[in-house]
Amino acid sequence: MIGWLIRRGLQAVLTFAAAIVILFFLMRVTPGDPLMRMTEDRQISVAEMARLKHRFGLDQPLALQFITFTSAAIRGDLGVSIYRYPDRVLDLIVARLPASLLLGGTVLLLNFTIGVWLGVLQAARRGQFIDRWLTRLSLSGYAMPSFWLALVLVYFLSTRWRLLPSAQMTDPLLDPSAPFAVRTFDLLRHLLMPAFTLAIVTIAATMQYQRTAMLEVLRLDFVLAARARGLTESQVRWRHAWRNALFPVLTLFGLWLPILVSGSVFVERIFNWPGLGSLAWEAINGRDYPLLLGTSMIVTLLVILGGVCTDLGYWLLDPRVRRP
Amino acid sequence: MSSPSTPLLEVRDLRIGFPNPRGGEVFPVDGVSFRLDRGETLALVGESGCGKSLTSLALLQLLPPPGRVLSGSSIKLEETEILSLRGEALRAIRGRRIAMIFQDPMTSLNPVLTVGSQVVEALTAHRRWSRADAKARTIALFEEVGIPDPAQRFAAYPHHLSGGLRQRIMIAMALAGEPDILIADEPTTALDVTVQAQILELLDRLRAARGMAVLLITHDLGLVAGRADRVAVMYAGQIVEEAGTTDLFERPSHPYTRGLFRSIPRLHESVLRLSPIPGTVPLPSAWPSGCRFHPRCAEVLARCSTEAPLNTELETTGPARRTRCWLASPLPPRA
Repeated sequence: MIGWLIRRGLQAVLTFAAAIVILFFLMRVTPGDPLMRMTEDRQISVAEMARLKHRFGLDQPLALQFITFTSAAIRGDLGVSIYRYPDRVLDLIVARLPASLLLGGTVLLLNFTIGVWLGVLQAARRGQFIDRWLTRLSLSGYAMPSFWLALVLVYFLSTRWRLLPSAQMTDPLLDPSAPFAVRTFDLLRHLLMPAFTLAIVTIAATMQYQRTAMLEVLRLDFVLAARARGLTESQVRWRHAWRNALFPVLTLFGLWLPILVSGSVFVERIFNWPGLGSLAWEAINGRDYPLLLGTSMIVTLLVILGGVCTDLGYWLLDPRVRRP
Repeated sequence: MSSPSTPLLEVRDLRIGFPNPRGGEVFPVDGVSFRLDRGETLALVGESGCGKSLTSLALLQLLPPPGRVLSGSSIKLEETEILSLRGEALRAIRGRRIAMIFQDPMTSLNPVLTVGSQVVEALTAHRRWSRADAKARTIALFEEVGIPDPAQRFAAYPHHLSGGLRQRIMIAMALAGEPDILIADEPTTALDVTVQAQILELLDRLRAARGMAVLLITHDLGLVAGRADRVAVMYAGQIVEEAGTTDLFERPSHPYTRGLFRSIPRLHESVLRLSPIPGTVPLPSAWPSGCRFHPRCAEVLARCSTEAPLNTELETTGPARRTRCWLASPLPPRA
């Protein structure tokens, strides 16, 4: 186990390093640069431009810039944002992180509780009314663009019926010294629409994965043997069938993990959710190299972490992996 | 000996239907009747595809969907009609009154649960057990079925055990509910020859010690000798011959049974070639008319292709004998 962890950790670090190199150079070959975006509607002298370039280190050779960035990054310094000068990239990211984790975590939670439960239900009722309609409904959710669904929900739930707030994470008029319960309730009201929008457009994958995996397991001999032993239907379904059908869903969970930080740019923009998704969107628009690199790094980290989590999950849940 | 009292299990006119992909319905089990008395072993013998496994699954209402048992069929466990049971009442029979072991112990155990916990749940499915008692009982069962180091095996996973040990675990699991009937569906087919004998011996011993009735399902007549009290030979969804084991081995009355005997390799006879029965079991969608065995029968008569033979009772001093063959008919066969 220790040896495996070390090998897996080393592999993760190498992947991360390779991803950073690619990200760094890929960014520089995209058209446009941060200073042009900052200065496009102003008359700026050549000398002033050179001064700005020097300040952000953009006049250095690319290789040197890379070395400067890496050596600082290793020490935990991701540099200064150009677009939001003089804010530090790390501070910007840390400020946005809670909102992203809250939204992404809620979506993951909805997805992998309701989605798993519905997928298992579908498999148990294969071919029946409820199975057919759940497939249709979930696929229509999947087919909807998230921004469209978000706008429809805002139109009905906020504009017409005035049930839920249409944007932001908290009510700006709410007294910050209000009791904790009141503030939590306010937060939940704001969270509801963006979270459900994302859950509705993504849950079909979980459901279909779970349904297929369950159907494959349900026809195995040990399920029949479990029934023949007189176990209850829920024991057969969950303890025997589902325990063997959760592995594909575990893989899917690893793939979805980055949603914790990436959220959805569209949904964050529409609901004005102060997460990393909208920060990344700003960074891309402003060609803000340090900030863009910072946000990409976080997503890369989560992608790699997702893979490690999946492996770890297999190790924990499958004795054939754990004790071969 | 057919006892005058009610049998432990009585199957009457069991018919199982499956929808035919080309329309209509097929009947892989088509009018099967037999009885099983306390403590006896009945062997259900036949080639693959004859319906013997489906018959055994129907006893616990475990037919794979979309299979169904047709109305008019009856499976009685003493006074209880199993086919009319649903839900909890059915669950109380499964494992508790009738337990089952399967062909392939490699796939019949859940790979992600310890074998101990799988036996424990067989115990707790039918009775309240404290955690410690259930564990102690499981280890005792492991010991009873001859598992070495039973206490250490409790926490083992199926993939740590050999095929023979896994089948012993399956048997321990079947014993957990203290069943009256043990259905053993090809219990040794997937095992090595040496292990086969050990498992069959174990089943014999347990039957004698616990007074269980055993329904042994097999394609191998050689396995039946000296083990079963009675034998029912199945062909194409029907029982074609039923007799006491001694009777059947000494004087098989159905040409199919005789064919099965000729296809068993014998140690003491210098036969160069086995003589298998020509052809294969027809599909349920194409059961032949008349006697279902007639296209493959070496002793076929003119009437066999048009008239289905009656189930004829034969004279015997042992258990009741019946056969579905015109040759065995009390009426003189027409030439």
